[in-house]
Amino acid sequence: MDELLRLTQHGLYCPAGDFFVDPSRPVHRAVVSHAHSDHARWGCRRYLAAKPSEQLLRLRMNADATFDFLAYGEKETVGEVKISFHPAGHILGSSQIRIEHRGRVAVVTGDYKLGDDPTCETWEPVDCDLLITESTFGLPIYRWEPNATIFAAINQWWRDSQEAGKCCVIYGYAVGKSQHLLAGLDPSIGPIFTHGAVEKANDAYRRSGVALPKTTHVGSVDGKPNWQGAMVVAVPSAHGTPWMRKFGRVSTAMASGWMAIRGNRRRRSVDRGFVLSDHVDWGSLLKAVELCDPETVWVTHGSAAVVARYLNEQGRDAKVLEGQLRREGDEDESVRGEVDP
Amino acid sequence: MIRFANLYGELDSTTKTNEKVSAMVNYFANVEQADAAWATYFLAGSKLRRLVPTKLLRKWAAEEAGIPDWLFDESYQSVGDLAETISLVVPPGEVCDDAPLARWVTERMHPLGKMDEPDQRRAVIEIWRHSTPAMRLVTMKLITGAFRIGVSKRLLTRAIASHSGIPTEVVAHRLMGEWEPTAEFFQRVIDDSVDATLPSQPYPFCLAHPLDPKEGPAPLGEVEQYLVEWKWDGIRGQVIRREDSTYIWSRGEELMENRWPEIESAATQLPNGVVLDGEILAATTEGEVLPFAQLQRRIGRKKVGKKLLAEVAVVFHAFDLLERDGCDLRDQPLADRRVQLEQIVEQANHPHLRATELITQSSWGDFAETRETSREHRAEGLMLKRKDAAYDVGRVKGTWWKWKIDPFTIDAVLIYAQKGHGRRASLFSDYTFALWQDGTLVPFAKAYSGLTDAEIRKVDRFIRQNTNDSFGPVRSVTPELVMEVAFEGLQRSSRHKSGVATRFPRIVRWRHDKQPQDANSLADLMEMMPD
Repeated sequence: MDELLRLTQHGLYCPAGDFFVDPSRPVHRAVVSHAHSDHARWGCRRYLAAKPSEQLLRLRMNADATFDFLAYGEKETVGEVKISFHPAGHILGSSQIRIEHRGRVAVVTGDYKLGDDPTCETWEPVDCDLLITESTFGLPIYRWEPNATIFAAINQWWRDSQEAGKCCVIYGYAVGKSQHLLAGLDPSIGPIFTHGAVEKANDAYRRSGVALPKTTHVGSVDGKPNWQGAMVVAVPSAHGTPWMRKFGRVSTAMASGWMAIRGNRRRRSVDRGFVLSDHVDWGSLLKAVELCDPETVWVTHGSAAVVARYLNEQGRDAKVLEGQLRREGDEDESVRGEVDP
Repeated sequence: MIRFANLYGELDSTTKTNEKVSAMVNYFANVEQADAAWATYFLAGSKLRRLVPTKLLRKWAAEEAGIPDWLFDESYQSVGDLAETISLVVPPGEVCDDAPLARWVTERMHPLGKMDEPDQRRAVIEIWRHSTPAMRLVTMKLITGAFRIGVSKRLLTRAIASHSGIPTEVVAHRLMGEWEPTAEFFQRVIDDSVDATLPSQPYPFCLAHPLDPKEGPAPLGEVEQYLVEWKWDGIRGQVIRREDSTYIWSRGEELMENRWPEIESAATQLPNGVVLDGEILAATTEGEVLPFAQLQRRIGRKKVGKKLLAEVAVVFHAFDLLERDGCDLRDQPLADRRVQLEQIVEQANHPHLRATELITQSSWGDFAETRETSREHRAEGLMLKRKDAAYDVGRVKGTWWKWKIDPFTIDAVLIYAQKGHGRRASLFSDYTFALWQDGTLVPFAKAYSGLTDAEIRKVDRFIRQNTNDSFGPVRSVTPELVMEVAFEGLQRSSRHKSGVATRFPRIVRWRHDKQPQDANSLADLMEMMPD
């Protein structure tokens, strides 16, 4: 299996196809799982990705690069391997990357979640011999509630704040999380406004045919509107900046899987924390492994050591993807909350 | 119980005092008095005695979640809070038992303490299955004695006053001392028709504010307006003599029975209807105050043996008179109270009761010099109290000031780190510092506070990138960071590798300007040791 994919200082490399999967540095040929910047690295010569991620990728990548896109399930031969993309359910266009070589199949999950999200296609299991899975929330303390429950709580918070004469500001990552949020908001409660970075991603989503409720870019609003009772979807870095002043009395919230932990909620110093994540929780990670039923699992990014040890004890051959220690810094960067991509 | 869990959630998620008060008022308005009493009990910081060993709770939670023990421990390391880890790891309950808080405590929690292990296990698992995650977090915090919430007693008092219409100071007084959380008790707190004071009931303590050491006392006004005393390093206490009985209360409102027989003996010489405020100090019968380390030998002893009593005697240094002939004197000016205090102490004429010495100087400058001699007097600095001020409840600024001596400081190297708890869970925020001795670094103190959040994040990153070894949750890091560590006192200790124990160590600042080899040595620390 090791010859199909190996870890280099540029990321996972497939020698038989001469390409990198989600490289960490610019390379000649990148096969990309989704458009978040820690997976789709700027500056590569050539990108191959799933068709539904086209709008987001073109929005964020260097224009002089060459892009190739495949529909979900469509196979393309690159060198000696066959590549295909399969829905990962993380954000619009996010994919698991299936790589087949001489009858052996490896699947790189990228970031993924199970269950419904109206803004992207639902994850589906892919049979494989080697599964390379993320483990951002790979501890049994993470157990997501059903979407309906989470959104009921968010909409209730909106109504309560509206009654108290406040403007709601909810923070989520600009690409993916914000649109997931928007799709769950109840637009009958009040008007929805967006931070510029969020609105740009909204446009890309809408161009890709994803239905989102009506939103207004805060920067495009003339005069002094009444913000009371409105919902503003913003990026986390806007919290506590002068940009916030215009909204008057606000109630703030953060939407992220990290909000499951009380210490993280308190550190963010927001009024509310909603546990809304686009990654697998403990239970769905295990379920995904079971459904894909690989002979070998490599675990990366997050609680890799814990997940690998647990899978081993359950009788599956699992190991930590070497070099993942290097990313430990990143892991907690997102704990502190700028990104939960 | 859902209401109480929600109250906890509301109090936990806001830092605004008005929102906290209104959340409590709202709670009190919507529950039975028995619940209000228990809520008051817990919010005031009282705890249930430990009902179930935490080791067992961890084990059962792992079993209930279907995970191995090591995985529970990993989860706990990540969360940093046992009750929260349990509430997250255990699968959601099937039904929710929303019985009132009082019933949850008396019927579900209290009985746990008397059960054998299999019954305990059954009862705890039933609690988990009958609660939402929010309720489970609160019940586990109560059961493990780890229930803490950012509400001061003053805020709680304000909420009960606002709920009942009883003046804040009356509520504060009625909440003093020891009481049983019953509906009758809560009724007594909010009843405006009776004088609800019990003979044992202490007064709320007047607290001092720290004086900015850079500014000094000049902004406070004229020297003549103040009484100045030593700021003693002992145990603050209130001595009550009423109806031929004596009650000695600590500042933490613990009734200290049989612990200070000398002071109890002195109190029998007081007339009834007297309440003294002062400091319990270890001292020779000639009056010389002994180091805090000596007093420490008496602290925590429920019963004092003859030998110890002979070796370390205590004296009550009274500095205020709150009640005389059963009359509350707190509204009188301090100068008047002090005159009466001296009369009372003189009449009692007992070697273990003194009116604390007043220090007189003609200028703040002279007082500054006196302050420099504090350590020789075993004092922590000076107390400055306005002569015309009433004895205030709670933290009213401007009547009592503490002008503490500068702490000892030393430059030390960070060598070990551990993740913090609560707000700092998952950040490396608890550090062990070391000093040089013969070319090696010897650990001498742990410090948790003093850095800003931004600095903690930087140190956290350094630790992750420079870990050389891990021992369980403790990381050994490359000795590179130098910090100035402050502490209040030093004493020899055979339990510490360095041979010394420091009091209240904390970080003053990060010495970016220093290399590890510039840090101080253990010998430097030893030089600070009093004889």
